[in-house]
Amino acid sequence: MDWLLVLPIILPFAAAATTFTLPKNDRLQNNLGILAAVLHFAACIYLLFYVSENGIISTQIGDWPAPFGITLVADHLSAIMVAVTGILSLSVTVYSKAEISPALLKAGYHPMLQILIGSVCGSFLTGDIFNLFVWFEVMLMASFGLMVMGQEKEQLDGGVKYVVINLFATLLFLTGLGLLYGMTGTLNLADLHLKVRGLENPGLLTAVAAIFMTAFGIKAGIFPLFFWLPASYHTPPVAVSAILAGLLTKVGVYALIRMFSLVFTFEIAYTHGLLLVASGLTMITGVLGAAAGSEFRRILSFHIISQVGYMVLGLALFTPLALAGSVFYILHHMIVKANLFLISGVARRVGGSFELAALGGLYRSRGVLAILFFIPAFSLAGFPPLSGFWAKLALIQASLEVKQYLIAGVAAGVGVLTSYSMTKIWGDVFWKPAPGTAGAQLIPEGGPYSPWMLLPITFLAMLTLAIGLVPEPFFELSTEAARELLDPDIYVNAVMGD
Amino acid sequence: METILPFLCGAIIAASIYLMLEGNLIRFIFGFVLAGNAVNLLIFTAGRLTGARPPLIPEGAEVPAAALANALPQALILTAIVISFALLAFVFILFYRSYEVLGTVDTEAMRFAEPEPDTSGGRGEKEK
Repeated sequence: MDWLLVLPIILPFAAAATTFTLPKNDRLQNNLGILAAVLHFAACIYLLFYVSENGIISTQIGDWPAPFGITLVADHLSAIMVAVTGILSLSVTVYSKAEISPALLKAGYHPMLQILIGSVCGSFLTGDIFNLFVWFEVMLMASFGLMVMGQEKEQLDGGVKYVVINLFATLLFLTGLGLLYGMTGTLNLADLHLKVRGLENPGLLTAVAAIFMTAFGIKAGIFPLFFWLPASYHTPPVAVSAILAGLLTKVGVYALIRMFSLVFTFEIAYTHGLLLVASGLTMITGVLGAAAGSEFRRILSFHIISQVGYMVLGLALFTPLALAGSVFYILHHMIVKANLFLISGVARRVGGSFELAALGGLYRSRGVLAILFFIPAFSLAGFPPLSGFWAKLALIQASLEVKQYLIAGVAAGVGVLTSYSMTKIWGDVFWKPAPGTAGAQLIPEGGPYSPWMLLPITFLAMLTLAIGLVPEPFFELSTEAARELLDPDIYVNAVMGD
Repeated sequence: METILPFLCGAIIAASIYLMLEGNLIRFIFGFVLAGNAVNLLIFTAGRLTGARPPLIPEGAEVPAAALANALPQALILTAIVISFALLAFVFILFYRSYEVLGTVDTEAMRFAEPEPDTSGGRGEKEK
């Protein structure tokens, strides 16, 4: 069972090494990438099944007992995150076959993508805070590389901002980590949970909590630390946008949830109160930015921000239902968001632009695409019975349970505004007649889109539909994850032994 | 020492923040290097400064006889230095390439990914 925890990390790195050393033959690179993604997908899904059957599992790397060695842990939250990563990795790799140009393949697209996937899985599975830092760094390096691949003007501009703010967040993380180590003398997350209880000076710990909140807040894109995201996510190739949008901010959210459920839980009124305010403002600013946007991918980028608000809301309320809602939201959001980015790429292929004003008429010319867009877009907005509806319902219900009426109102209002900007895309891209001479735009500019693009989009849309129509098993998983998060002893026992 | 070093860290961090906020990419790099060093110093200080003996256990013994210097902070710092070295190399190349393509290192002038909104049209959309 130990290999089960290591596989989601090892497989992508092995694939990265293989694709890096083999000749830069386009077909070979793409096919190897897809093969690696399929294997990784299988391993990730199997891990989720195993954890949902047998509960939390852990392994000590190199047989160094906790808290001295590096621990890998998979509880329900980690397993869900890894499984969704596997799903996204597979979808995006397949999509890349049609989208990524030979020049980018020669520049090492697949190795970098695989390293990104491996490091994201590493962040989800590690039980050691310094190890988490290292995975963050690996992930950053890979994402930097992917972000500026191709070196277009916009990419370099967005890339610089992305790099600068993320480097700063990294330093903050390292600072917090150093201070935490100075206070407790340990780096193992489970051991930290035990050690912080005995600290004499909880005020100092709250200060460290604030440093962590800022560092992870930058990565997650919560208010007021999100500005790098809409500045950069619309610049790289679509496949890269999709994987970054689907995964990276969620790693930040995951780290927040992990730290603020396992380690920083002694002054909930302060820390989680701060998170609650931040989550409300994040939702509002994000959705307003999206409502004002006029470029396909920039609207989607702003939506990531407002959606992160919902995820953090669940953590801030810190009740079983709220946390379950959060986890369910992440699960639904990652799939939907990556899919919307992928669809924006197809719309560009067909319409020749990302600008809403320049697109149009796709409903008439590409009916299937319209339906495939409709599912994730209105799931994001929270239309029943799609997946986003259940996620929002759980969170709003959780806020009402603890009498936080204001935040419940904000969450509902933001949902309405989300549907506004989704209908804007729907109206402009699909319903509006194509601009210019009617019909001229119907001729695809970059050639017709290939089935390799449609395949992952359909897969993700079907998944969204499945989560929406049969939410029960997914919600059960989320509830189980929430139960484990609220009872850290389960985690601690799994890592340290009874 | 343990009282001086935190103040030193604070001073270096203040200087580095100043540099980073200058709005010039070159100064940002200097600020980043400074801040990285300050954080490493901070980890070192947080790990307790003990001038004692090196962390070696005498032959035949299972545990050290007396208090030893803490080796872990140094391992952490070493890892952090290696990582920041790699990041720095990347950042140099990226900034140089941006300078070549964008023609500026002034962050205020870098508006290529987010052009100023066009205020003439209805919803701020521009025909392109």
